[in-house]
Amino acid sequence: MKKILINFAHPAFSRSKINKELLFAVKDIPNVTINNLYDNYPDFIINVEREQKLCETHDIIIFQHPFYWYSSPSIIQEWCGLVLEHGWAYGAHGNALKNKFMLQAISTGGEYNTYSKNGSNVFTIDELLSPFKAMAKLCKLKYLPPFMVMGMHRGLSESKINTYREDYRRMLIALRDDTLDLTKASNFPYLNSDLDSLIK
Amino acid sequence: MEHFLLQTLIFLVAAVIAVPIAKYLGLGSILGYLAAGILIGPYVFGFTQDIETIMHFTEFGVVMMFFLVGLELKPSLLWNMRGSIIGMGGLQVTLATVALTGAVMFFLPWQQALALGLTFSLSSTAIVLQTLKEKDLMHTGTGKSIFSVLLFQDIAVIPILALFPLLTTLPIPQSLTHETVLWDINALPNYLQWIVSISAILIIFFVVKFASKSMFRLIASTRIRELFVATALALIVSISLLMSLVGLSPALGTFLAGVILADSEYRHELESTIEPFKGLLLGVFFTSIGASLNLPFLKDNLLLVLVITFGFITIKFIIHFIIALVFKLPSKDRSLFSISLVQCGGFAFVLLQFAKLNGILASSTIDPLISAVAISMFLTPFLFMAQEKICTKPTKEKPQKQEADTIKSKGHKVIIAGFGRLGTDVGRFLIAAGIKPVILDNDVAHIALLRKYGYEVYYGDVTRLDLLEAAGASNAELLIIAIKKFDKSKHLIELVKKHYPHLKIVANALDRPMMYELMNLKVDKIRRETYGSSLELGRDALMLLGVSPHESYRMMRIFRKKEEDATPKFHDICYKEEDKYISAVQQHDEVLEQLIANSTDLNSDDVDKAWTAGNPEE
Repeated sequence: MKKILINFAHPAFSRSKINKELLFAVKDIPNVTINNLYDNYPDFIINVEREQKLCETHDIIIFQHPFYWYSSPSIIQEWCGLVLEHGWAYGAHGNALKNKFMLQAISTGGEYNTYSKNGSNVFTIDELLSPFKAMAKLCKLKYLPPFMVMGMHRGLSESKINTYREDYRRMLIALRDDTLDLTKASNFPYLNSDLDSLIK
Repeated sequence: MEHFLLQTLIFLVAAVIAVPIAKYLGLGSILGYLAAGILIGPYVFGFTQDIETIMHFTEFGVVMMFFLVGLELKPSLLWNMRGSIIGMGGLQVTLATVALTGAVMFFLPWQQALALGLTFSLSSTAIVLQTLKEKDLMHTGTGKSIFSVLLFQDIAVIPILALFPLLTTLPIPQSLTHETVLWDINALPNYLQWIVSISAILIIFFVVKFASKSMFRLIASTRIRELFVATALALIVSISLLMSLVGLSPALGTFLAGVILADSEYRHELESTIEPFKGLLLGVFFTSIGASLNLPFLKDNLLLVLVITFGFITIKFIIHFIIALVFKLPSKDRSLFSISLVQCGGFAFVLLQFAKLNGILASSTIDPLISAVAISMFLTPFLFMAQEKICTKPTKEKPQKQEADTIKSKGHKVIIAGFGRLGTDVGRFLIAAGIKPVILDNDVAHIALLRKYGYEVYYGDVTRLDLLEAAGASNAELLIIAIKKFDKSKHLIELVKKHYPHLKIVANALDRPMMYELMNLKVDKIRRETYGSSLELGRDALMLLGVSPHESYRMMRIFRKKEEDATPKFHDICYKEEDKYISAVQQHDEVLEQLIANSTDLNSDDVDKAWTAGNPEE
């Protein structure tokens, strides 16, 4: 059984629509640790030692956050800058994260089709996440496709939200129990594109 | 009584008139005092009587001066100086004695020559130290070398006095009965004298080291300033008395006491207490030397006196220059070292008198010598000036270098006034950040505790200019005012603005009206004492009500920012009519009303709009 760490970041948690729901859906799963970065570090003074220990004691690291200006909320930048130290996360002797898995759970305002060459956001999600993919590579992390919730501007129906909640929960349990076909998953654009076919 | 008052008045008025004139002419205070002395002396206006008594009494200023010098020398520093004290001092006294004795032997038998050689090898501690202080040279390498020699000379006087009776060649005058108040140490056998002398020094050491601090603490806690002054004076006088009783130099004893107290929290307070007494006594001492100059005698024997004076000055100068070379003093400082010690002073007066009483020298020999000593003291300020004129070419780069050095070694200089609830945390924070502040406080219990933990804390009233000066206000960068009494804060700010305009000031205000008053005084940064904790409490409240930590934190920061931005506006409203008198209470109500009426609204865009994304297509 693998251990999962969710590094959660939402600066206005009280006004969150989908991230709050997703988080509540998975918070009681055994072996899943939720690390709410804005709650733990309201003043951005990140406890590097604690964060590194958390990473070391988990096998899968998930960054769950809304997509802000094609990237993450600022505290994740702060986290990466401080926690991913040379000699720990990367470099010849930085092997703390080696062979662990990393993935992102992201919500976007725009629809799927806006993230394309001809769409208003010009680039695909995969292209826009290249900095994170490069970071994972340097830190010897295995990067998995993201779990995406898209089209928040339009609003989601209650049943749609429930589906996302259920999918997120199922995905985490499958990741934890190693019942998710990771080889197959890496060919998919998103982990939740066709979850049923991935879960063994 | 009237006679005493009149004499005091004459001395003081003469000094007040002559010293500023001398200073204005760039001659230094010593020449001013000496000139004033000549004017009021018996041969010009004849205002004064009993010069000798005054001179002997005021020579006590030298003893105080040694105490003050000791206060600035921590024991470790003194220990570092042991080489130059014994080496340089010993060499100076020995070589100068040999050279001078040799010269005098052309004219007088060897016993008299040796007595004079010993006498004239010594310098005038009072004049040299005063000049070094005035020129701010005490902390330079050369200043320390000069001081080392003076210290050795002071110790050397004792064996010289012991040696003199062996040099007697003339019949001893009748009046050689030692005048002692309490007892005479010479009545004891030799070995006992030694034991008594050494025990006296040990007593001073242990009493000052272990008893005086708690005594000062006790006195300070009464908060009666006169008591502190009286205790400090009593300490110095008692040490001097003890040292005189056992036949040692009082200056040496007080110097030792000063060194022991250099580490104590009362150092600055002692310094500022004793300083005026020392200054006054020395001033009168110099004046009395001026007054004692026998002008008619000088007129009749001018050539002889001048030959003697220039004779010993030249010999000593050459000897000192050799010593400066031997000890490898920097070339630009050699002449300063050599010139500063050429004159003779108080010791010469004492030793010449002693030589007369012991039948070593005849009166006829001594009279021109005494005049020569006085002339040499007179010449000293001019010699210093000449040295400065001739040798200051290379100093252009010197001060710059030194300045950089001190900044590097001491870092930022910060003074914290008040080390109570507020000051403590400020100080701890600064120390954690690598800045070591000088702390001034008048709570005795605090000070003892803080010093135990290695803080540099000093006792005293922060609104006293001399204490600020002693704490280094003139070269400090920043003053943090964290005292409870607001009147005192204001007084301190006014004082600092006037005397140390370069000092940046950070001050604490207890409430808004006080903050506005501090704004009127143009204080660089003002913080309201309870403001920070009020906002933190508000933030805690929000969090306990379920608001997320980050949002609570942000709201607190936004509120704080808005309030700070609005402060100048409130301040202007408060003081818009300049001559409007607002009593403290009225003002407080007014301020409160404005506050309530202009409450900051947090349900504004700053909070609500944050991180809400809109649809770009709408």
